[in-house]
Amino acid sequence: MKKFPGVLAAVAALLAGGQAMAAGELHIYNWGNYTSPELKEKFEKAYDVKVTIDGYDSNETMLAKVKAGATGYDIVVPGDYMIQIMVGEGLLAETNPSAMENYKHVDDRWKDVYWDPGRKYSVPWQWGTTSFAVNTAVYDGDINTLAILFDPPDALKGRINMLNDINDVINAGLRYLGYPRCNKNKDQLKELSQLLLNAKQHWRTMAYETIEKLTSGDVDVSQNWNGASMRARKQVPTLKYAYPREGFTGWMDNVAVLKDAPNLENAKLFMNFIMVPENAALISNFARYANGVVGSEKFMDPEMIESPEIVMPANAPAPEFVPPCDKEVVDLYNKIWTNLKK
Amino acid sequence: MTAEAIKTPEGPPSSITERTVAGRQARTRGLLLAPAMLVIGVFGILPLFIALTYSFLEGGTYGGVEWVFSTEAYVQLLFERDIFEETLTFNTAYLEIFWRSFLLAAFSTLACLLIGFPAAYFMATRPAKSRDFWVFLITIPFWTNLLIRTFSIQLILRDEGVINIVLTELGLLAQPLQLIYTDFAVGLGLIYSFLPFMVLPIYAALERLDFRLVEAGFDLYATRAQVLRRIVVPLAKPGIVAGSILVFIPGLGAWITPELLGGGKELMIGNMIALQFGSSRNWPFGSAAALVLMAMVLVALVIYVRNVGKSGADHG
Repeated sequence: MKKFPGVLAAVAALLAGGQAMAAGELHIYNWGNYTSPELKEKFEKAYDVKVTIDGYDSNETMLAKVKAGATGYDIVVPGDYMIQIMVGEGLLAETNPSAMENYKHVDDRWKDVYWDPGRKYSVPWQWGTTSFAVNTAVYDGDINTLAILFDPPDALKGRINMLNDINDVINAGLRYLGYPRCNKNKDQLKELSQLLLNAKQHWRTMAYETIEKLTSGDVDVSQNWNGASMRARKQVPTLKYAYPREGFTGWMDNVAVLKDAPNLENAKLFMNFIMVPENAALISNFARYANGVVGSEKFMDPEMIESPEIVMPANAPAPEFVPPCDKEVVDLYNKIWTNLKK
Repeated sequence: MTAEAIKTPEGPPSSITERTVAGRQARTRGLLLAPAMLVIGVFGILPLFIALTYSFLEGGTYGGVEWVFSTEAYVQLLFERDIFEETLTFNTAYLEIFWRSFLLAAFSTLACLLIGFPAAYFMATRPAKSRDFWVFLITIPFWTNLLIRTFSIQLILRDEGVINIVLTELGLLAQPLQLIYTDFAVGLGLIYSFLPFMVLPIYAALERLDFRLVEAGFDLYATRAQVLRRIVVPLAKPGIVAGSILVFIPGLGAWITPELLGGGKELMIGNMIALQFGSSRNWPFGSAAALVLMAMVLVALVIYVRNVGKSGADHG
């Protein structure tokens, strides 16, 4: 049902023969609780466009829905590796953001990324890291090591939450063992499987509700994203975000336009709009992650810019952006995961 | 009434009016059934065939399916091409997941029966006027979404939850009790959410029970246990069967409750299947697992209904 107004609007826009600047609609499909309401309102006012927002909880959920076709959505916000997958599957429109007016504000660091070299399909939304947070009131030793998760000190045994996510758990395990990502080496995977099975007895839960688990006292350690850690620290000041020396995951969510988007021109306007520093700051102030736009710091909450979850210590390793693994690796990982959770 | 209409009398109808009446009745019946058949056909049978088709195909690299025939999905359920030795070996991982879900469902069915039967009996033996009130009380939990109720149980059970805080404040506990993320918590959550589905059908059966039969039993010097076993339970059997089915089947697919109250460290059938359509990117295997689950439910139901039907006839 939802797509009909969109189609009608598109037809109306065509008939009017006017510029895409005309009043219309924009349907955004973004991660849940991730889109700043202020940003939405500002865009609506600026271009006289009615914006609707739907939410998903994982890249895979979004992909499954988009692959099924005819969603009526214009914009999606896939994570880094998912952009590469969707480009490969031919699901995204080549909108060429690098030619857009506000592209000059994008940090050079995010221009030539592996998932979209030269930015032909997507613009940065937010980026962050996935590591873990420890309650230092319970354990005040060295937390910058993955041993906290896989070989924890006595004080933390049975007090750990892991993300309920194949890749986050397995990648952390591979880093702890010093083995490469997207791994097909059977001996190394066997060792990994053993490591996870041993560590599981020390884990209390495997869940995505990290803030709630940490602040309710269910656990004292949780695998976590940096923005979520910042929000949890607001409630429990002794929580500290770790930068393990074995490495940790970096990720970036990106705004992209679907190939069959009913409101293609409005979607392009939105892409251009969020690259303005002031607007990018709205995104960050809401969801608490860094954006990829230079100059947005001036408009961001001061406490956010200085937070230890955003500003990495000089001796921390660089966050690693993990590309999608091929089918063979996914199947191997899946077997390890099923075996771990059976 | 309708059952009689279905039975066509032997030989042709004696008059034209009778024939038109029968024809009109058939048409009415068809029209009345049409919406339900349409819904079942489009949203029940069609997806089933899609799942059946997918289960015999090969998975695409990033989800979806490739149109190549393959039975790999079914092989995968029982065997694995050993990832470390490259041989086809018997694999119990998925069977264990199925078995855990089955145990959980069976346990909650039994527990709901033990708690639900006395409750239903109590309700059915109240004066007719107040029965509606008791039924009303049973339905109150449905006013709130299951997810919210499960979250509330979390708040009650957790280390810094209601029970532990009260007991600690009273000085009865030094360390918090580990209530949440245990099998106990999962069982409690399942029983709580399924109990009404057991109580209501049994109540409906017991409400119609002619209590003069119970009196007759006592008059014939039956003990209370005998009356319960030989009179009340057999007559309540349709309700018990309906209630058990209503609890067992959703129990088999339950995964939100085990996930939230059990800590999510173990897979249930439900989230194992969901996983295949998500990050595992194996749609054929997900389809196959879903169909096998359905087949198991079907077989269990047929056996159950047959057996219960037979033993019920003994008392008839």
